Amino acid sequence: MQKALKRYFALFALPGLICFCLAFFIPMIMGIILSFCKFSNLTNAKFVGLSNYAKMFVDGNFGHAFGFTVLFTIVSMLTINVIAFALALLLTRGVKGTNVFRTIFFMPNLIGGIVLGWIWQVILNGILMKSGVTLVSDAKYGFWGLVILMNWQNVGYMMVIYIAGIQNISSDLIEAAQIDGAGKWVMLRHVIIPSVMPSITICTFLTLTNGFKLFDQNLALTAGDPGKKSEMLALNIYNTFYGRNGFEGVGQAKAVLFTVIVAVIALTQLRITRNREVES
Amino acid sequence: MKKSIAIALLCVAMLAPAFAQGTSENAASSASAAKEVYFLNFKPEIADVYTQKVAPAFEAETGIKLKVVTAASGTYAQTLKSEMAKSNPPVIFQTNGPVGLAGNMDSVSDLKETNFYKLLGDKSMALTEGDHVYAIPYAVEGYGIIYNDAIMRKYFALSDKAVSVKSAEEIKDFATLKAVVEDMTKHKTQLGIDGVFASTSLSAGNQWRWQTHLVNVPLYYEFAENKNYDNAVLAGLASGTISFTYGQNFKNIFDLYLQNSCTQPGLLGSKSVDDSMAEFALGKVAMVQNGNWGASQILGVKGNTVANDDIKFMPIYMGIKGESNRGLCVGTENYLCINKNVPAETQKYADQFLTWLFSSDTGKKIVKDDLMFITPFNSFKENEMPTDPLAKQVVQWMNKDGVSSIPWAFAAIPSEDWKNSFGAALLEYAQGQKTWNQVSKVAVDQWASEYKLTH
Repeated sequence: MQKALKRYFALFALPGLICFCLAFFIPMIMGIILSFCKFSNLTNAKFVGLSNYAKMFVDGNFGHAFGFTVLFTIVSMLTINVIAFALALLLTRGVKGTNVFRTIFFMPNLIGGIVLGWIWQVILNGILMKSGVTLVSDAKYGFWGLVILMNWQNVGYMMVIYIAGIQNISSDLIEAAQIDGAGKWVMLRHVIIPSVMPSITICTFLTLTNGFKLFDQNLALTAGDPGKKSEMLALNIYNTFYGRNGFEGVGQAKAVLFTVIVAVIALTQLRITRNREVES
Repeated sequence: MKKSIAIALLCVAMLAPAFAQGTSENAASSASAAKEVYFLNFKPEIADVYTQKVAPAFEAETGIKLKVVTAASGTYAQTLKSEMAKSNPPVIFQTNGPVGLAGNMDSVSDLKETNFYKLLGDKSMALTEGDHVYAIPYAVEGYGIIYNDAIMRKYFALSDKAVSVKSAEEIKDFATLKAVVEDMTKHKTQLGIDGVFASTSLSAGNQWRWQTHLVNVPLYYEFAENKNYDNAVLAGLASGTISFTYGQNFKNIFDLYLQNSCTQPGLLGSKSVDDSMAEFALGKVAMVQNGNWGASQILGVKGNTVANDDIKFMPIYMGIKGESNRGLCVGTENYLCINKNVPAETQKYADQFLTWLFSSDTGKKIVKDDLMFITPFNSFKENEMPTDPLAKQVVQWMNKDGVSSIPWAFAAIPSEDWKNSFGAALLEYAQGQKTWNQVSKVAVDQWASEYKLTH
């Protein structure tokens, strides 16, 4: 059996590999190549060396977008995970209607980012109007608007992952802890959290990369206003690409740098939380 | 294991060219077999006319299919770029002027020999380079301040009005306009309006009435002072820097818009052009700055209270010397190009389509009644001009004695990024976060840096 599997491995892996190559590998290689080219569409690229990378900072907003994105990612990662974990704890206690609540909390995740952005823009503008301001009056409204939006959208999804983790903790372990006289806090701190560490790894990884890559919500909610002060990295790249003739390559160069940054941060985080996981 | 992966990758590598070839062949054969012209439309407000009237009529008369895709408002450049990269790219597409054309030089064909070009009345309106003709305008448009004459008459009939002029037609400079508008604001409850001007829409994607159209006036006057060039657009295109000489005049009218509006300045960041046009159509305001393309947004609004005869245009006055002899801002940023990277046969169909639309009886009727274009083509006679109130007004203003139109000098703006930066600065100004000096500094500095970046 083992041998047969090995023999046909290539054949079975083929469909997946084809998809991977067509949808991911080839575009990524093309993207990297294009970052060294001047082009307006895929067919007319001309090699220009490193000049795109040199022009990356000319609009002066790349740095600001980076800072804004980092801040947003940290805040949203913390709030999403804390709220999702708290909900998961609540909804694994056998409260009546647990399934209904789980479904309701999960549902926002099924709506697309652009739609959510528009909906929340209307809601938040409606609330802010009472004090005579709008979402784009100041970058801080856009920032907290985005945090609220992302929480609303992602908490349900992370909650499901945490619920799965919590339900997986063996009841022997919990019983043993209870017999040993562990209180609620000790139980949480020394039994539950270490046991769901794999879920925490996944959830922090997802929220971290989601936060960094955030685009549609940003575009729909504020589009970077006022004055690009609420513009995040992905939107900055998009605006660079389309804002001027001949700047497509610069946008592409930013995108390559962006990929590297996201990969480095995500891998570091993965390594740190992996080390804390315990075998249950 | 490693070997198997290598084998699998090799299989993929061998298959890849087969896929690539397959798709391009398909595209080529289907394009010629289907006799189809792909038109990427710029104007969302008339998208339905193309799909429901133009395409069926054209197919019925010629057997050629017309595929029309419309880019969402404010995303034409993006849509065009991604559509162009596809195996079945648009055959007819639009460019907004010399700057837009420069970005598409790799895909425009020479239109000199086309029948479509022969229709153009004033050949100097086409975008050319050397001996080649690359883009042909298809609609002339005008914009200014649209006003509801019923409300204006009501105001001028008031016994305690503070101005001496007796009708909106007598407003011929900024001082008069300001006096009238401010006095109207004082009487707004009597007039039954929420404000004189509709919201100065400053939400993202809705700033073009200010960062492109309104700023055209000061830019035009500034460029026109440069006597080294034949016209203001050419002078503008050659200007590496601007001094924004008439910035203060821009502020004059912009302040008037902000302070006499139905919406508080702080809330303008949430308003769209549609909101403003609806406010006007519902009779909540007396004036709105927009162009004749906005006719459908007034006439088509449910609950529209403005009578056709009461929709009128007045030029944008901002206190610049000689403005009384100036009319509306008339020009075009609607140029059509034909893609040279599609089969020659398909390019011919494209020419056939455009010629049909702008010279056949069926085509001209649709252009006049449904698309409502004021065209620059000699195939249209005097009585074949559009009949909507705003288009009629534009034609009247163009032909008025002693008044000359202001051309669209904004074609010279170096990049979309300049417009967006300036628009963002205007938003911050409206919200009280930037002073006017900072706004003009943005206009001047950004122009210099954008010019450098794009040249």
